[in-house]
Amino acid sequence: MEALVSLIIGVLTACGVYLSLRGRTFPVVLGLTFLSYAANLFLLAMGRLTIGAPPIIADAAEGYTDPLPQALVLTAIVISFAMTAFVIVLALKTYKETGSDHVDGMHKP
Amino acid sequence: MNLLLVVLSPFLGAPLSTVISRLGRLHAAWFAGSITLSTIALLIPSAVTVFSGHTGIQHFDWIPVLGINLSFRLDGLGLLFALLILGIGLLVVLYARYYLSGRDSMGRFYACLLLFMGSMLGIVLSENIIQLLIFWELTSLSSFLLISYWQYRQESRSGARMALAVTGAGGLALLGGFLLLGEIVGSYELSRILESGTIIRTHPLYFPMLVLVLLGAFTKSAQFPFHFWLPHAMAAPTPVSAYLHSATMVKAGVFLLARLFPVLSGTPEWFWLVSSTGLITLLAGAYIALWKHDLKGLLAYSTISHLGLITLLFGISTPLAAVAGVFHIINHAIFKASLFMAAGIIDHETGTRDMRRLRGLWRFMPHTATLAMAAAASMAGVPLMNGFLSKEMFFAETLYDISSPWGWLLPTGAVLAGIFAVAYSWRFIHNVFFNGTPADLPKIPHEPPRWMKVPVEILVVLCLVVGIIPDLTVAPLLAVAASGVLQAPLPEYTLAIWHGFNPAFWMSMIALAGGVLVYHFFSFFFSLRQSAGEWPAMKTLYDFLLEKLFSWSGTITCFLHQQSLQRMIRVFVSFALILGIGGFIGEPFIFTGERVLLPADGVSLLIAAIIMVAAVSTVMLHRQRLAALIMMGTVGLGVALVFIRFSAPDLALTQLSVEFVTIVLMLLALYFLPQFTPAESRFSERIRDGLLALGAGSGLMLLTWAVLTRPYDTIAEFFLAESVPGGGGHNVVNVILVDFRGYDTLGEITVMALAGIGIYAMLEGLKLTGSTEYPGIRWSEDRHPVVFSTFARLLLPFALLVSVFIFLRGHNLPGGGFIAGLITAVALIMQYLANGTDWVRARMPLDMHTVIAAGLLIAVATGLASWFFGHPFLTSTFGNLHVPLAGELELASAMAFDLGVFLVVAGVTVLIIANMGSIHSESHPVTSRNTMH
Repeated sequence: MEALVSLIIGVLTACGVYLSLRGRTFPVVLGLTFLSYAANLFLLAMGRLTIGAPPIIADAAEGYTDPLPQALVLTAIVISFAMTAFVIVLALKTYKETGSDHVDGMHKP
Repeated sequence: MNLLLVVLSPFLGAPLSTVISRLGRLHAAWFAGSITLSTIALLIPSAVTVFSGHTGIQHFDWIPVLGINLSFRLDGLGLLFALLILGIGLLVVLYARYYLSGRDSMGRFYACLLLFMGSMLGIVLSENIIQLLIFWELTSLSSFLLISYWQYRQESRSGARMALAVTGAGGLALLGGFLLLGEIVGSYELSRILESGTIIRTHPLYFPMLVLVLLGAFTKSAQFPFHFWLPHAMAAPTPVSAYLHSATMVKAGVFLLARLFPVLSGTPEWFWLVSSTGLITLLAGAYIALWKHDLKGLLAYSTISHLGLITLLFGISTPLAAVAGVFHIINHAIFKASLFMAAGIIDHETGTRDMRRLRGLWRFMPHTATLAMAAAASMAGVPLMNGFLSKEMFFAETLYDISSPWGWLLPTGAVLAGIFAVAYSWRFIHNVFFNGTPADLPKIPHEPPRWMKVPVEILVVLCLVVGIIPDLTVAPLLAVAASGVLQAPLPEYTLAIWHGFNPAFWMSMIALAGGVLVYHFFSFFFSLRQSAGEWPAMKTLYDFLLEKLFSWSGTITCFLHQQSLQRMIRVFVSFALILGIGGFIGEPFIFTGERVLLPADGVSLLIAAIIMVAAVSTVMLHRQRLAALIMMGTVGLGVALVFIRFSAPDLALTQLSVEFVTIVLMLLALYFLPQFTPAESRFSERIRDGLLALGAGSGLMLLTWAVLTRPYDTIAEFFLAESVPGGGGHNVVNVILVDFRGYDTLGEITVMALAGIGIYAMLEGLKLTGSTEYPGIRWSEDRHPVVFSTFARLLLPFALLVSVFIFLRGHNLPGGGFIAGLITAVALIMQYLANGTDWVRARMPLDMHTVIAAGLLIAVATGLASWFFGHPFLTSTFGNLHVPLAGELELASAMAFDLGVFLVVAGVTVLIIANMGSIHSESHPVTSRNTMH
């Protein structure tokens, strides 16, 4: 299972990096979203993988997973949404201002 | 006694005065005046105790671990300065009311003036020296705003920048000096420092500390060679000059010398550094003042010279010299403020300050002329004026060491400076008010408004009464201030006009006679000289350094900033890779640890396969943007499944709702953007990027593997154990968010709110046309499909109910403010999608800005509420409550905080999507038939 999670994180990172190296704004935004998926999973994985032990205190529970990375990731998901929104709106604004959706604001062949 | 309130009231008044100025220009002046008056009233009860020999200390803990406290001190020296700051401040407020023209913003002027006043009060009333330094820097900043008040003038901006650069650099040196001083004494409190004179003077760090402190004092007090900023600061409006350069800003430096006099003085280092700087500044300032054609320029250099005189007195270090220094601080403040004001009146009523054009104004403004003459006489040191008394004390003190080989140097320098001072004072009077008739003045001169002269009159009357009956007026204040400086019994001295034919008297007479002679023999040369003698060296050096700094930083920026985002990201990723790999080079590293691994099951394999296939397809399809977006959505849902698998239900819920909102947002954005990405990168570039991506991906994969296979220690035990007894909640993740780490969450929702407002600002006025280029596919004619809109409306109450449920149970079961906020947002966004922006706008009672603001305020108020119960910020409390249907509910105060989170998250999300939806300038081209709504 650990290998599987590592592989997912690796693939998401690779896709994220490749897309953020593209020259147009839309793929770059997709790439950033991929990178935040990877980062969130990576953060969660730092608390190690536990199955069937959510950090909700109950008498019947046998153990709990580490709640701290989860708290970190929860806010990270919401914040990265705000960031994605900010970047995509920036992309729209540049498209309007420069007439091109190239990341440098102009088309350089 | 409440010194905190004394210092704070100008700060509180500053923002208010800008608000009040909107009601009417002059209201700001009245308001600033009443703030100053009430601050004086607050100070008076404490002042009474100071005269009975009491030093008042008010102490609040701030960061006690570091020795930094909020503490105030009122002794004689602090009181004298506070009175000067407030008294002259009040007169300046009155004067500026008539000086500023209709085009100048009164509110901004008085706000900056009050800020400055508060900062000065902070300096002179501080007990903790770190706190003193903070106020010291605040004076630099607020004086920057005052000097650059006429922002549209180039010389105002450059003068303000120069003042800030020089005094700010001095402030840094002072910080170093104060840290060393605190290190030597073991405390930053003045009471401790003032008792530790011997320890300080014998400490090995004494000399570096002294140099740093003096750098701070000398830059502020415009001592040679840092004097050059002061004449350039004359670009400020004259009321500002009258305030900054008589009683306040430049006096902060000599205040510091006086404050630390008992512990720093008495060593050869102090004597040589301070007295030589003082003597050079005294002489040079007086000499240059003589050559100035600009009235304010003359006064500026005269100020430099008088500050040099005060510095020299503190350098001489005898107790009597210190008394004379304090006395001259008072006198100089009074006569220099009145002279600046008089110069301002002349400028105001004639339109020029050039002494080559100003002539014979006596006939036009005899009243102003009389006042200016009295003040100038005081500056020159004419008997019966206050300036005479302190100057005579100064002359007497320069003789203290006359028998030593170089002992004649001080009195000679003093008399020479005295001669120059008389000459420039006499020039100021003779040249401006007599000496022929005015030459082509821009305006016909006349007397100013009655009340504009009142501040000058008050100051001139003070010059006279202090000069004639010192014992009945200034003596008690001087005594209490001087004992505050010395922190020891006062030496014997008498304040009298007539001390007999002693050497000091003859020195005064030589200066008076010599000054008049110098003026009459050399006045011809003054008017010949085109550019009066500055020291070009310092100003040129400053300009040179500034220019070099700008060009260096420009070069570095150009080198790093390559104008291409792709190249910079490539460099960034490569650098991260190199650093990451570099860490492992050298010693053998075992990638696999010894932790027991989990077996992989079929469902997990399937989820992993979906995520990876979808991710790779996104990359493959990224030119076809819509398809890529759908693939990305699949990845997001897969990630939510991973969260569920690994015991993170809260994360899964959050991820699901965020995924929905993100995809809607991207779809909206895509509508306005090109639908396809052109293939413009070369094959080799794609290979290179692919290799980089593979490198980064496999790096992170190996790193995750290495971490996951190793055991670890966690601090989770604390949160798991304390969640129920300490936070009153069973859902540990939620308790961490709203209770244990509530401060972090507060920061995060603030960031979220800022992002929302930023997006709103970017979308403001943005109009785009929708894309038309999806080949072969026409836009649907049905804008709002009936089935969709009907069901969306039906769904709304249920969705909101779910969100309330999720919110309420969040403290104990998966849910909480973040998730509930997102669900509410999703429910509302559905309405926008199904029924259109206008439909929702018409029915939505709330403005999202208000919701966001309310959320932030609720969160902060919950935090502040715990202060009222004597607990630290954001302490939470809880109790049980039984709610029908929802069951047993633990009602924690953290719930209110969570409500704030809920409102911010919902507000920002809806704000973003709703505004994105309304930027299209025209709807997509609907073909043929009429649409039905």
